[in-house]
Amino acid sequence: MARYLVRRLLQALFVLWAAFTLSYFVLFALPSDPVGIKLGGIDSTATPEEIAAVRDEYGIGDPVLLQYVKALRNAVTGDFGHSVQTGGEVRGMIADALPETLELTGLALLLTLVFGVGLALAATYARTRRLRQFLLSLPALGISMPVFWVGLLLIQVVSFQWRALPALGNEGFDSLILPAITMALPASAFIAQILAKSMTTALASPYIDTARAKGASRARIHIHHALRNAALPALTVFGVLAGNLLTESVVVETVFSRAGLGRVTAFAVDTQDVPVVQGVVVLSALVFVLVSLLVDLLYPLLDPRIATVPARRV
Amino acid sequence: MSETLDPPRTAEAADGDGAHGATPADRSGTERTAAAATTDQPWPARGKDAVVPPRSARLRGRARGFGTFLRHRPGLAVSLVFVAFVLLAAVAPGIVAPGDPLTGEPADKLQGPGAEHLFGTDQLGRDVFTRLVHGTSLSLRATALAVVVALVLGTSLGLAAGFVGGVVDDAVMRLVDVLQAIPRLLLSLAVITALGFGTTKVAFAVGLASAAGFARVMRAEVLRVRSAGYVEAAHACGVRPTGVLLRHILPNSWGPVLVMAALEFGVAILAVSSLSFLGFGATPPTPEWGSLVSEGRNYVATAWWLTAFPGLVIAATVLAANRISRALDTERGDDR
Repeated sequence: MARYLVRRLLQALFVLWAAFTLSYFVLFALPSDPVGIKLGGIDSTATPEEIAAVRDEYGIGDPVLLQYVKALRNAVTGDFGHSVQTGGEVRGMIADALPETLELTGLALLLTLVFGVGLALAATYARTRRLRQFLLSLPALGISMPVFWVGLLLIQVVSFQWRALPALGNEGFDSLILPAITMALPASAFIAQILAKSMTTALASPYIDTARAKGASRARIHIHHALRNAALPALTVFGVLAGNLLTESVVVETVFSRAGLGRVTAFAVDTQDVPVVQGVVVLSALVFVLVSLLVDLLYPLLDPRIATVPARRV
Repeated sequence: MSETLDPPRTAEAADGDGAHGATPADRSGTERTAAAATTDQPWPARGKDAVVPPRSARLRGRARGFGTFLRHRPGLAVSLVFVAFVLLAAVAPGIVAPGDPLTGEPADKLQGPGAEHLFGTDQLGRDVFTRLVHGTSLSLRATALAVVVALVLGTSLGLAAGFVGGVVDDAVMRLVDVLQAIPRLLLSLAVITALGFGTTKVAFAVGLASAAGFARVMRAEVLRVRSAGYVEAAHACGVRPTGVLLRHILPNSWGPVLVMAALEFGVAILAVSSLSFLGFGATPPTPEWGSLVSEGRNYVATAWWLTAFPGLVIAATVLAANRISRALDTERGDDR
């Protein structure tokens, strides 16, 4: 177990390093001009000397490899430099914006689990063919809907027609509900699709017959026998899902005019604020790595057979 | 409001999806098709009715013709008709909607949907349907470019990894690991940060962000094909490595990748329109599917049609594209 953990941690570190390096070279090697944008874009009145001064300040004149080594050394300590646009520390900007987004993503993840698992269970539990087919066709609908559109529809109906929940802002739990549902709907369709598939497979396997022969009730077979075995594929995608939800906040926070990491990211992309974008990329890789690690550690609890199997690749 | 937001085609397409086993999960024991029984069921199905029909029956089934095939799959038929209409709008927007997408009649501003204006008008009196139709070309071209970029880049990486092996394989696969650890939307955003804004750059960013999945599938296929007898025979006959790669390995391994490319269309439409919604695509007043929704955002309270219809068209297109590509996938399964 200890060796397995060490190996997984090393893999995680590698992914983080590679995410940093990749984003570093994509962002710095490609032709973006953050300094030009900071100083007023095309119709800038800045003199060449002013531009040179700002460029020096960010070390843009140095050789790329030297810049990279410096940046990597700083990044290890969590320092991603300063925002080109606002001048604030990237670490601080992310830390300030993160709590709001984590609340949103956390609730969305919870709702995803409830909706997704609920739908998959209901669909495979349904006795009539018609109902089953209707329920099974819902995920295909869910994954086809643009997230921003779902959010705007919810605002139209729930906020403006029913006047039930606030449409905008970050005030209290009420303002969290609609954005979280918006995020959760497509994600839960994704989970439901995977889970319904593995549930169908599991329910067709011989041990279900055995359980039925022993007199277990339908519900018990469903939850205790089938779900437990079918949960693994859905659990596997949870790392991807958590990262996706975190990124989806860029769209959802824009739709609901919420403050948070998504808005910070959207603004940073808009102004080609390279250090901030890089900080967010590394953060999302960190989230993916942590959730995947957590999921891997949960595996043996759900399926004791997995404990002896060597580590999967991330 | 729900009846205006949910026209028959969406409902029918969804119904068709359920009725004809597009997702493997749909296939319960009694209605399992030959494809399901042969491809994605790890263990044999229970009961007599799940036995694979004899080959002659399958051939006869295929000979019944395309019309019958479609009549048994109403969801697929509706999807095909809808996609054909969308393609027509992309190729010849003037025929579908003869009006001018960029100038409007200020007197007609913010009119609800009706006979005069099918999807209503916006704050400048421009017809939403016309703008939607004229934005189709740009949105679909961006989607196609994204899929092509993902396909070409991913396939090349996967081919190199699988064929060369060794260090190249390791390097490519580690790269793929990392690309898949970063959410695709964020990866696209990072590429856009570096490249700048515009529909083409958005398409490029979406394609780059999707390439990793293709590389992984392609590599697996190449590894499967590489050890086949005919590849060894080609090597033994003295065919040059590039010849083996292009003549023997590539044609025999790209099937699953092409199916994946078809499925990628729906994903790419959503990604491109999301980025366009965020304002990184075409500059106003040029219409684009995603930016149409974001333009209507300020009028959500008073003019629901500005956001509802463009979004509905995006959703319906994605749904139809997914339905068609899953049908392709199933048919491929039948042929094997």
